[in-house]
Amino acid sequence: MTINEIQEDIIEEFAGFEDWMDKYAYLIELGTDLSGLDEKYQTESNLIKGCQSKVWFNASLENGVVKLEADSDAIIVKGIAALLIRVFNNQTPEDIMNADLKFIDEIGLKQHLSPTRSNGLVSMVKQIKMYGIAFNHVSK
Amino acid sequence: MPDSLLRMTIDISKIRKDFPILEELIHGKPLVYFDNAATTQKPRQVIDKLIEYYYKYNSNIHRGVHYLSNKSTDGNENARIIVQNFINAKHSHEVIFTSGATESVNLVANSFGDRFIFEGDEVIVSELEHHSNIVPWQLICERKKAVLKVLPFNDQGELMIEKLDELITDRTKIIAVNHISNSLGTINPIRKIIEIAHAKNVRVLIDAAQSVQHKKIDVQELDVDFLVFSGHKIYGPTGIGVLYGKEELLNEMPPWKGGGEMIQEVTFEKTTYNELPYKFEAGTPNYIDAIGLGTAIEYVENIGIQNIDAYEQELLKYATEKLLSIDGLRIYGTAKEKTSVISFLVEGIHFYDMGMLLDQMGIAVRTGTHCTEPVMQHFGIDGTVRASFSFYNTKEEIDALYNGILKVCKMFAVK
Repeated sequence: MTINEIQEDIIEEFAGFEDWMDKYAYLIELGTDLSGLDEKYQTESNLIKGCQSKVWFNASLENGVVKLEADSDAIIVKGIAALLIRVFNNQTPEDIMNADLKFIDEIGLKQHLSPTRSNGLVSMVKQIKMYGIAFNHVSK
Repeated sequence: MPDSLLRMTIDISKIRKDFPILEELIHGKPLVYFDNAATTQKPRQVIDKLIEYYYKYNSNIHRGVHYLSNKSTDGNENARIIVQNFINAKHSHEVIFTSGATESVNLVANSFGDRFIFEGDEVIVSELEHHSNIVPWQLICERKKAVLKVLPFNDQGELMIEKLDELITDRTKIIAVNHISNSLGTINPIRKIIEIAHAKNVRVLIDAAQSVQHKKIDVQELDVDFLVFSGHKIYGPTGIGVLYGKEELLNEMPPWKGGGEMIQEVTFEKTTYNELPYKFEAGTPNYIDAIGLGTAIEYVENIGIQNIDAYEQELLKYATEKLLSIDGLRIYGTAKEKTSVISFLVEGIHFYDMGMLLDQMGIAVRTGTHCTEPVMQHFGIDGTVRASFSFYNTKEEIDALYNGILKVCKMFAVK
């Protein structure tokens, strides 16, 4: 599936929720289910430290596609990280580089990605994009 | 105090009508504002005063010859007198307007530090301090090669004041400590601290950012050397704050910032400085917010700070009992003397998650370290959820918080 197709899927899924509790309960579920990052990757260099919550994030290039892993101490943040991984995992660096990230706004989670939130998610998105650019450069 | 007695002195529903923001809906639900330790909401009287001045009287203060300038100057100086009376300063020129408590601490750290702190000298702060009462001292200590020492607190969040005596040496120049902890709510024994310090000729700065809105402060009776607070935490505008300093100290201290009203005469060879308080008020002062602060103080005094304190203590007691009945909830900061601040965590639930979900219910709390990382380090945690109450809050709102927390716990239990 392309990045946009996955985003459309997520938007459709969230449209089905009747109220905020359903939406957040789902995020909690996603956060709980995300396997997270092996402890050996929970290093200082993989840590994006916000003053509210921590995000650990690891990216690698395998067979021409980007592999992403993430973890957070806050479950809602981890749930949103799970959505970001679902969108960008196994995509090519070029597609990641050119992607237009729109689903966060559309499912009403924009507040979590505002630069002042300090939860690490903004930096995570930036880093995913940076990896896209860097891996794109490497794979050429 | 029994409910009936309080109702005679404080009419909460009438007070709530003074705060327009309390009628707002957040995510479609009535706002429950429990972030008062970060900033308080503003009564109509303050907002109206700001509007009135911008509409009718705005003009740069001091040295103006025209009507409006005099009107603004009078407003600004009248606000200074209101502050003077509020904290019972001996002279109005001992009241310096700053941008807030942080700037006030920076002013003292730099100016007092420049004049009195030298290599090998010592500054004492407490482990309970807000970063604003740590970092300015670290900076001056670094610059002057002085030593920063720390008065610790116990696991209840109370300062270990018995250690103060041994911490002070003949090189100690100043102790900077808060009156009330912003993250735990502890009320510190500042009278005792000042006594111990003065017995050894050490100066004391009290950070009253979290206390002027709850407790009556008399700087002469306390005999405190410096006292700082922010306007926005006492129902006044943002961007205005106060530094109180004893006249003889302020006179000995050099100016910190240059320009504007702080000069007497300027030549390229030598500039002489204005007298107090203007020596420390460089540039166009924030006179309209100073006037707003004056109105805020009048508003608070009209209700009566003792009445406010008594009612907030009642809210604190009610909320503490209620929250402690929640399984797995732990309160950080259990000092005997506390103000209406409750810092807590629920086992297994991150403070960010708790804060985000409460927000969805219209409940505003603060989460994180509350700019007191050393306090969090003491407890070995990354942060807390903090609910802080003001006299416009109600027991019904505390019930809403209680039910909100239970709802969040339930969401996490079914994961």
